[in-house]
Formats: sequence, C-alpha cells, structure tokens
Amino acid sequence: MDRVPLERKVLSENDRIAAELRARFQAHGVLCLNLISSPGSGKTSLLERTLEALPPRDRVAVLTGDIQTENDANRLKRFHFPVKQITTGGTCHLDARMIERHLADWRLEDLDLLLIENVGNLVCPSSYGLGEAAKIVVLSVTEGEDKPLKYPSIFFKSDLLVLSKIDLLPYVPFDIEAAAENARKVHPGMEILKVSCLNRNGLHDWMMWLGERRKAYKPLVQQTAS
Amino acid sequence: MGIANSVLEAVRTEMGLHPGTYPCKVVVRIGEMAAIDQDALRFCFEAIIHETDLESLELGIEVCPRRHRCQLCGREFVVRDYDSRCPQCASLETTCISGDELQLAYLEVEEYGSSTVGAKSTQ
Repeated sequence: MDRVPLERKVLSENDRIAAELRARFQAHGVLCLNLISSPGSGKTSLLERTLEALPPRDRVAVLTGDIQTENDANRLKRFHFPVKQITTGGTCHLDARMIERHLADWRLEDLDLLLIENVGNLVCPSSYGLGEAAKIVVLSVTEGEDKPLKYPSIFFKSDLLVLSKIDLLPYVPFDIEAAAENARKVHPGMEILKVSCLNRNGLHDWMMWLGERRKAYKPLVQQTAS
Repeated sequence: MGIANSVLEAVRTEMGLHPGTYPCKVVVRIGEMAAIDQDALRFCFEAIIHETDLESLELGIEVCPRRHRCQLCGREFVVRDYDSRCPQCASLETTCISGDELQLAYLEVEEYGSSTVGAKSTQ
C-alpha cells in the first residue's frame, strides 16, 4: 500500500476560477459583494431598496441566483440597472463558473459595484467563493436567534450581518441582542446592522456601510495597479 | 453532492499519474467550521461511486478543530463552545488559524496484482 499526498483544496477548481474573477474585479475596480441567507430572509427586498436608493446612473449590476424562475430578476429589473438571473436548475448554491459565464457579455469597465444574490441556503454557499470582496449574511427576525451557532461557517466568513424584518420584532419572540451576541461568539467583532425593508428603518445605515465599502475599495485598486 | 464529485474528480486525475495502481482510500480533512455534514458527504460519495470502477474506494474523513492564535501572547489553542478568549492571558484579540479546511489529504493506492480484496481491474 502506498500513500500519495494530495494536500490541496477539495474545491480547488472553483477556487481557481474565483481567484481569476477576483483579479478581474480588482483590475477594473469592481467591488463584488455576495449576499447569502436562508430562503425568504429578505435578500431580494434588501436589493430592491438598495437599487431604489442609488443614483440612476450609478455603475451597478446584479446577478441573482435561484434554483428555478426569473422572478427575482424581474423584481430587480424595475430599477433600470443591469440585472441577470442565474437559474441553477437544482444546485443549491452559486459557483464561480456560473458567475464567469453570466458576466461574459457585461463590460466590467462599465461597473463599480456587482451585487450577487446567492441561492437561499446557509450551508453550501459558504464553501463556494465567487471572487467577492466580502460576503454579507442576512438573518430575519422570524428565524431563530441561535442560527449563527447552528450554521457557524457562513457567519464566520461574512464581514457583515444584516438582521432584517425588524418591523416584525413586536410580534415575534426574537431576542435581537441574543442573535447579535451569538453572531459575535462565532465571529468576534462582526459588523451588524438592523434593517426593515418595509418601514425602511436602518436602511440609511446599510447604504452608509455600502458607501464606505465602495470608498474604501478604490484606493486598494490604485495601490495594486501602481 | 458537488463536493463529493470534486473529491472523485481529484482521485481520477491523480490516478492518471500512477499507472498500474488502483485507489483504495481517499482521505479528506474537514474543519468544524467548514459547513460540511459528514454523513451527507458519505452518502453522496457512495451514491456516485456505486456500480462504477471505483465502487470499492473508501472515503476517510479527518475532522480539524477550530484553532486560534492570541495576538498578544502568541498562545495557540482550540476554540470550544465558540469561546475564542485566550486561555493564557484572557485576551479577546485572537485570530483564527484553522478550522475551515476542506482539503484533500492523501490517497492510498495499491498495485494491481497484489492480494487485496476489492481490487477491480480497469485495464
């Protein structure tokens, strides 16, 4: 019996394509953000409010993933930014090759921000990098406050936690401080925002966060280019 | 399922480099923060090798705990129950150094003709 060392990542092919995408995003100064949550936590609603708040000529595009239907893309196309649906046909996450394929007829030089809405799932999307600069995890107050402990990987790997649907807090037994504490147990120092897409509370903070990230991303590109 | 497929593809690629042998066991290393369910991975792996030339291939799984290093005193420690405080100096300034692995560790191969149960010639 011989032992052959392999010592490489299982998803090395996905990682390779993700690294190529990341290099292309950096070369063109495109900030790419990957939004991840359970189904129905409000990723599409957050994107609707985001696109609505951005200036009409902003250089923003959206890729939105689902197993079936073009429903999310149709919701997001109303804001007149480039939007493309990725239907995975059964796969429970987006992978880097899907992103590469769906970017093929967009010019990255025309973009500053690419928002990717992953398939609703807190597990597999955390393993498949898409070349993003940051992952954002959305958790709604109709879920359990122990979700960060049950699905630690995605909370560990995300830069920001958006607690959504906070307008429902008076009606649900959700302890928002316990949820925040659980997230910070898994990811010490994690940034956390509380938003409602319905009554728009907290959306200003989210747009500020996004604006800060976009501002902070630019010098990084100039440094790597020089 | 995608992960099981990636493991199997890696085995097939590697076997191309070792003519005259067949694979007995592939071992993957999974961090406890990697969001991989071992039973689900085993189930998918067995499903995709069923009735193929690699049907006898065994999947080994090594689990890696989450480890942090203290930025103040340099102590490295295993994080239990999400408590990432340094056990030596109680600092909260600690950074994760392992625990989200999803790594191919090694492959055990046997030469054709050696007396091992489960060998299936593909030549």
